[in-house]
Amino acid sequence: MSSIAPSSPDTSAEEPGLEADLPVPQGARKFTVNIRQSGIYVAFVLIVGFFAILTHGTLLQPQNISNIIVQNSYILVLAIGMILIIIAGHIDLSAGSVVAVTGAFAGVLMINHHVSWPLAFVLTLIVGGIIGAWQGYWVAYFGIPAFIVTLAGMLTFRALTLTVLGNQGIGPFPNPVRTMATGFLTSYMGHAKLGFLGRVDTFSVLVGVVAVLGIIAAQWRARAGRLKYKQTVDPIPLFLLKIVAASAVVLAIAIQLAKFKNLPWVLVVLAILVVVYSLVAARTVFGRHVYAIGGNLQAAKLSGVNTRAVTFWIFVNMGVLGALAGVIFAGRLNLAGPTAGQSFELDAIAAAFIGGAAVQGGVGKIIGAITGGLIIGVINNGMSLAGAPSERVMLVKGIVLLAAVAFDVWAKRRASSAVK
Amino acid sequence: MDDDILQMLHITKTFPGVNALQDVSLSVARGEIHAVCGENGAGKSTLMKVLSGVYPHGSYEGDIYFDGELCQFHDLRQSERRGIVIIHQELALSPHLSIAENIFLGNERAQRGVIDWNRTNAEARELLLRVGLDENPVSRISDIGVGKQQLVEIAKALSKQVSLLILDEPTAALNDADSAHLLELLRGLKREGVTSVMISHKLNEIEAIADNVTILRDGRVVETLNMKDGHTTEDRIISGMVGRDLKNRFPPHTPNVGEEALRIEDWTVYSTTQRGRMVVNKANLTLRRGEIVGLAGLMGAGRTELAMSVFGRSYGTNISGRLFKDGKPIHVGSVQDAIKHGIAYATEDRKRYGLNLIADIKQNISLAGLRKVAKRGWIDDNEEYKTASDYRASLNIKAPSVLMVAGKLSGGNQQKVVLSKWIFADPDVLILDEPTRGIDVGAKYEIYTIINRLADQGKAVLMISSELPELLGICDRIYAFSAGRITGEMTRSQATQERLMQYMTKGMD
Repeated sequence: MSSIAPSSPDTSAEEPGLEADLPVPQGARKFTVNIRQSGIYVAFVLIVGFFAILTHGTLLQPQNISNIIVQNSYILVLAIGMILIIIAGHIDLSAGSVVAVTGAFAGVLMINHHVSWPLAFVLTLIVGGIIGAWQGYWVAYFGIPAFIVTLAGMLTFRALTLTVLGNQGIGPFPNPVRTMATGFLTSYMGHAKLGFLGRVDTFSVLVGVVAVLGIIAAQWRARAGRLKYKQTVDPIPLFLLKIVAASAVVLAIAIQLAKFKNLPWVLVVLAILVVVYSLVAARTVFGRHVYAIGGNLQAAKLSGVNTRAVTFWIFVNMGVLGALAGVIFAGRLNLAGPTAGQSFELDAIAAAFIGGAAVQGGVGKIIGAITGGLIIGVINNGMSLAGAPSERVMLVKGIVLLAAVAFDVWAKRRASSAVK
Repeated sequence: MDDDILQMLHITKTFPGVNALQDVSLSVARGEIHAVCGENGAGKSTLMKVLSGVYPHGSYEGDIYFDGELCQFHDLRQSERRGIVIIHQELALSPHLSIAENIFLGNERAQRGVIDWNRTNAEARELLLRVGLDENPVSRISDIGVGKQQLVEIAKALSKQVSLLILDEPTAALNDADSAHLLELLRGLKREGVTSVMISHKLNEIEAIADNVTILRDGRVVETLNMKDGHTTEDRIISGMVGRDLKNRFPPHTPNVGEEALRIEDWTVYSTTQRGRMVVNKANLTLRRGEIVGLAGLMGAGRTELAMSVFGRSYGTNISGRLFKDGKPIHVGSVQDAIKHGIAYATEDRKRYGLNLIADIKQNISLAGLRKVAKRGWIDDNEEYKTASDYRASLNIKAPSVLMVAGKLSGGNQQKVVLSKWIFADPDVLILDEPTRGIDVGAKYEIYTIINRLADQGKAVLMISSELPELLGICDRIYAFSAGRITGEMTRSQATQERLMQYMTKGMD
């Protein structure tokens, strides 16, 4: 690093009182930032609470929690890929068709050609990657807006699905694939009685406890590291509150699931994806470049970011995750059908935006997209439990999406006008 | 002062961190051409934006009287309804629409929402005649030159029954012939009773055309001079504009010039937008370690195009010529190549090309050298924070922490973030494109100090600027650049503003 000594030119005294003009009350500034960033989690808790009351607690029953996770797993997988694309300032309308075509491909391999399921699974992911590379090429290197490329993809991949499958679905899928989509972990350690909670699966509870310990350790280490470098950190009460809240949610879900059957396999898959992608987004050079591109493409390019390669790879990634979602969805229905995945892309996009992604790109978090996806899932589930007709569910989802983005725009405007 | 068409009284306007205008009063007599001049950042454009309602009533202090009435404009439309029309430096024309469509944009000749094309084109033809532009009203804007586009803007203003025309640097991008035509047109409008306020840097134009000139400096009115009494000369205006001893505006510096760092030979670049137009014509430059070299040129001369084409072909097509780094030929096909070869380019347009305004200071500073705070692709968050904080301290970036969003900083501090980014990338050659544009005087001094220190560390600096005093103040050697060509080269001691200006306007047709 080149060393430049602190400069103190004698003109600095003439400068207007800059420090005084800046939003100095740190606490107040932090608070507004927090509202914008944590609003989504508060909203999630409120929505869950609302439907828990509306359904007289059915929503939070062990079996129902398990259902919400399993029923929304493929949307959540798509949302992870989608939010990266949206952060980079693009969009993917083809995700649903990719789910269909990759599901069909997996079905043809596993069922018609009796390819062993692990090989077929890997091949399907590769095909997803190739599909993503195809779209990424047109967006990144040919310069066609992603909206157009993926709109074309939505049509062509649907057409491809219909060509492969004709008008009928194929099934049944091999057992391991179905297990990944709808099955539960084996009861490795038997069951235990946990006081008033009743009979629970020991292993599931243990996983929950380990996860909580992991969260606490990671948060504590990050905080210690920041303090060492004299960064500002949350005050202790807020820090503890966040940890307790996160731990309580994780542990509650683990125990509820342990009371039903066990942890669903898709939850394990999802948990791994969330952790890995959160780290990639927040801590890697690649992830930073994705944010840089979405924040200001020209500035990123002129700072030496290989903008085309980054764009290309986020589409490849989306294709692979689309294929994973395709296999999970086919496994859940035990059928690869021609209409699979229809309008999944819209749910994934909605999840990303409800989860705090900015419409112009450059902003968003993996965990936000997951929370956004769960909000949609809870609304779907809660309303159907309450016996609402599907058109009303759709109406509510539309309003929630608009409200979430409106809130984001409003918060941003307020934050910027506070400076003036 | 009964015949004043406009009185602006005690206008004060502040931006975060900068007092753009302080207690500025301006009176314009009916039917005159009133020039407003001052250095970059003196507050000229801000004053005109206050007047035209771009900065709405309430966002500034003070009163505006137009035709004797107190005006409180909330947007551009309200001021235009009163006959105040502003023509910005960057023309506000829609390139794919026709001349006639542009003239009546937002003001369409229509009945019940249906455009009357005969009337549109006929009236456009009349307006074009008035501004002396011989073009078909149905021609596309992108097919005519900048000079003619400027005339279209004036025709557009005339279509709105303008009584006060404000022109922000109308001739900055024009060649001499077009400039002369424009000035003649303004005289004609004056005879028709149109009052004009013209912001300009070009003192010869002010001398030729203005009745009065108001000089701004650092957001305050210095004086208003009468140009018709025969006593006011260009030198008189300059002394008002500058107003302080040139020597104290620049930190002292003794250069320690070393080996050649970058040589550019026969560099030729063609425009990306206009097919076949040569924007850089066989340019030859040599930059040495420890030396601050100036590139003096007017807006539109091709300076930025030259710099960006060298910086990894970020601009231009059909680029030819050779680059030598430390005497060895190099190939620079991309920005990544340029950075690898130790070349950095800090853009003139911070907001569009320099910064991610929604990201924090830390992420902006680290972007070009991210791998230095990363191991195998993983960013060390704390190391990054520390590095950025060090730059915040050493470059005196005024922000509570490096986690503050870059978009909230003042221009000078944003520029320091851009500089930090490139210093962190640790280049050998640093090209700075208008590094002090839109920055207040105190911050400018700091930027000069930083540039001097970079040179002392053995970096070669190429500084592009249109402010001649600045180039004369800090450069060791200066190239003059005009119409895509290097037209002159001189050392600091040989250079004067007059000589540079001569070379900078050479070969313009």
